[in-house]
Amino acid sequence: MATDIIIHDEKDNVGVVVIEKITPKQDCSCWVMENDKTVSIQSADEIPLGHKIAMIDLNEGDTIIKYGHDIGKVVKSIKKGEHVHVHNVKTKKW
Amino acid sequence: MFMFTTLKQRNGRKIMEIPKSFLGYKRENGRAGTRNHVIILPVDDISNACAEAVANNIKGTIALPHSYGRLQFGADLELHFRTMIGTAKNPNVAAAIIIGIEPKWTKRIVDEVAKTGKPVEGFSIEGAGDIETIMKASKKAQEFSIWASEKQREECPISDLWISVKCGESDTTSGLASNPTVGNLMDKLEPLGVHLCFGETSELTGAETVCEKRGKTPEAQEKFKKTWNDYNDFILKEATDDLSESQPTAGNIAGGLTTIEEKAFGNFQKIGSRQFIDVLTPAEEPEKGPGLYFMDTSSAAAECVTLQAAGGFNIHLFPTGQGNIIGNPIEPVIKLTANPLTAVNMSEHIDCDVSKILSREMNLSEAGDELIKTTLRVANGRLTCAEALGHKEFVMTKLYRSA
Repeated sequence: MATDIIIHDEKDNVGVVVIEKITPKQDCSCWVMENDKTVSIQSADEIPLGHKIAMIDLNEGDTIIKYGHDIGKVVKSIKKGEHVHVHNVKTKKW
Repeated sequence: MFMFTTLKQRNGRKIMEIPKSFLGYKRENGRAGTRNHVIILPVDDISNACAEAVANNIKGTIALPHSYGRLQFGADLELHFRTMIGTAKNPNVAAAIIIGIEPKWTKRIVDEVAKTGKPVEGFSIEGAGDIETIMKASKKAQEFSIWASEKQREECPISDLWISVKCGESDTTSGLASNPTVGNLMDKLEPLGVHLCFGETSELTGAETVCEKRGKTPEAQEKFKKTWNDYNDFILKEATDDLSESQPTAGNIAGGLTTIEEKAFGNFQKIGSRQFIDVLTPAEEPEKGPGLYFMDTSSAAAECVTLQAAGGFNIHLFPTGQGNIIGNPIEPVIKLTANPLTAVNMSEHIDCDVSKILSREMNLSEAGDELIKTTLRVANGRLTCAEALGHKEFVMTKLYRSA
């Protein structure tokens, strides 16, 4: 099965779409680079290439983990399979 | 001698046996070059015309014109000298002609470069004029060019490679694949005794505390913390609006990058799982032996690579997403991309295509092996795309206005 989503690190709670786009209710194959494992997820939104998908349910105030590290905070709750971007995540730096 | 063979590991996955040597130019001071340039180096902006005339007269030489070198002072002047001296000392340079308006600053550079044992001669224009200086410098340059042309490549241990890295025009494919490919190469080559260098102080913002912890000693960690804080204070002092409006950029956001932290961690993938042993000032030569160094640099590509080359690094790896095209006159710049569109639409700029990572036709270790192969071929003399296209961006870093 072709890879639709890449996850850097086993600890990450988001993955990155690596095909042109995924569509709602699409069953996606996700490759975890760190351990070379494959997991699956069903998308809730249309998400374009290079953008992120939530691998679990996330509540306001939760931390987004990518590369195994904190890359920002959830400012609007996100359901598993939904698009993760500037509309629901903000930096903790500025 | 440079066949790439594969061995079978216990788990059945094939791994590449990394060659232990490359064909380089052995230098008088024990270093080795991947190139054999004879450079005509102007000390200052007004000596560019003279340097370029000499390079035009004498084949096999290259002029390195730039914009500065007059009335600089303090730390900015010291950086200017460090960059000039380091560039001429780089083992990719066989011999150097230094041309400046005044004898004193010219001599300061010549005397330092001469310590390497390589042929170097200085000329000053004041009192003689361009034409007489061009004549004298051309005669010496011809002598150096013919002398250098007889130098042969010899087998050098892979530990003679000093590899610098910097990414540019990054997108999500950089953090996903091309930067981790560089990290994989670092993880494999550091145990073989190579020198490694990363920089881009400002673009580690968001990952700075994690980067700090990668310092191998408390001293290295403390030095990194101070270096990043100083750069960050400078940016905040000069910024006219909230930087969050420009980091990530609108283009980064369109490409899927959400926060500065995400961008910084993508950048940070280039050092793999390595620890840095020391923090270098811009253009400073490492002195703590093999291993990974962090150099305080701007994140502008040509400025950063010029500083790393002046630090003595002899081959550069440049991962790009959207397609940066930079080259350097003395340090070959190898470009890799994981963006399948860039690999096709800008193919004349890409030395190593690792876009198959995204389609999972290639894993990171295989991509790292491909990059090692490309690196060794370029070290052995294969031209980079940037060299073949004539890219030789030599850009001095200037810290503040001249007096």
